[in-house]
Amino acid sequence: MSLDATFLILAAISVAGSAAAMGLRNAVHCVLALTAGFAGIAGLYLYLGAQFVGFTQIMVYVGAVAILAVFAIMMTHHPGQAEEPFSRYWLWGAVIAAAVFLTLARAVRLAFEPAGSVLAVPPQAPDLTVQQIGEALMHRYVLPLEIIGLLLTAALIGAVIIAMDAKEDPAMEDAVE
Amino acid sequence: MNPLEGYVLLSSLLFAIGLAGALTRRNAILVLIGIELMLNAANLNFIAFWRYGPRPAALTGVMFSIFSIAVAAAEAAVGLALILAAYRHVRTTNLDRMNHLKG
Repeated sequence: MSLDATFLILAAISVAGSAAAMGLRNAVHCVLALTAGFAGIAGLYLYLGAQFVGFTQIMVYVGAVAILAVFAIMMTHHPGQAEEPFSRYWLWGAVIAAAVFLTLARAVRLAFEPAGSVLAVPPQAPDLTVQQIGEALMHRYVLPLEIIGLLLTAALIGAVIIAMDAKEDPAMEDAVE
Repeated sequence: MNPLEGYVLLSSLLFAIGLAGALTRRNAILVLIGIELMLNAANLNFIAFWRYGPRPAALTGVMFSIFSIAVAAAEAAVGLALILAAYRHVRTTNLDRMNHLKG
């Protein structure tokens, strides 16, 4: 079985979006391209049969993380001050990334080399319902779920406290202390 | 080509793009976005191996990627808060100019 057109189109969208997000000069354009890349990855999740993960990806990444990044860029933006977007050592970074990709790609090619040995016939797409995920989260994975809840609460409170400007408002300063 | 191989190659490419962004960008926010891209590449691997693995009924890959997305969201929130806090001290998000420890 060869790669089909749906996979190739979604892969092209996600790669083009990600490459534009890392290559464009304007930071806001980068985040807009990033949403396209994340949406392509979400499409791949949906195509693989993981609907819940796909919609989670859209809500968390395309929705929340991208908007958070746009807000952060707007809050730290200096209009009229154009800076070189790439680091002085960008060539080294590009060379390292290319080397990592070539190494990984070669390892993957070698791992799949004996055709038909590794999962040559893909099984039928598993029929995964949200009910199954909910039951698994409530039974087998209930401890990780609680820990993730705790982590998210701590991260939320920590992010607010870190980002809060305590110096300008004395009342806030008392609240922090 | 095996479909799983296509997904793993795509995920390596996304990882390399994220790594290139994290290593070459000057803007701290875009470096964080590069790290998010690398996490996404790992998630794609989880889902692809779940789909083409021997026991898809076990839901392991799906669970792993859900928890990984949650951790990545927490990381993005704290990371952006740290960037804003650092911006308040040095008035820039340019990593080449954030070169001293005392604010």
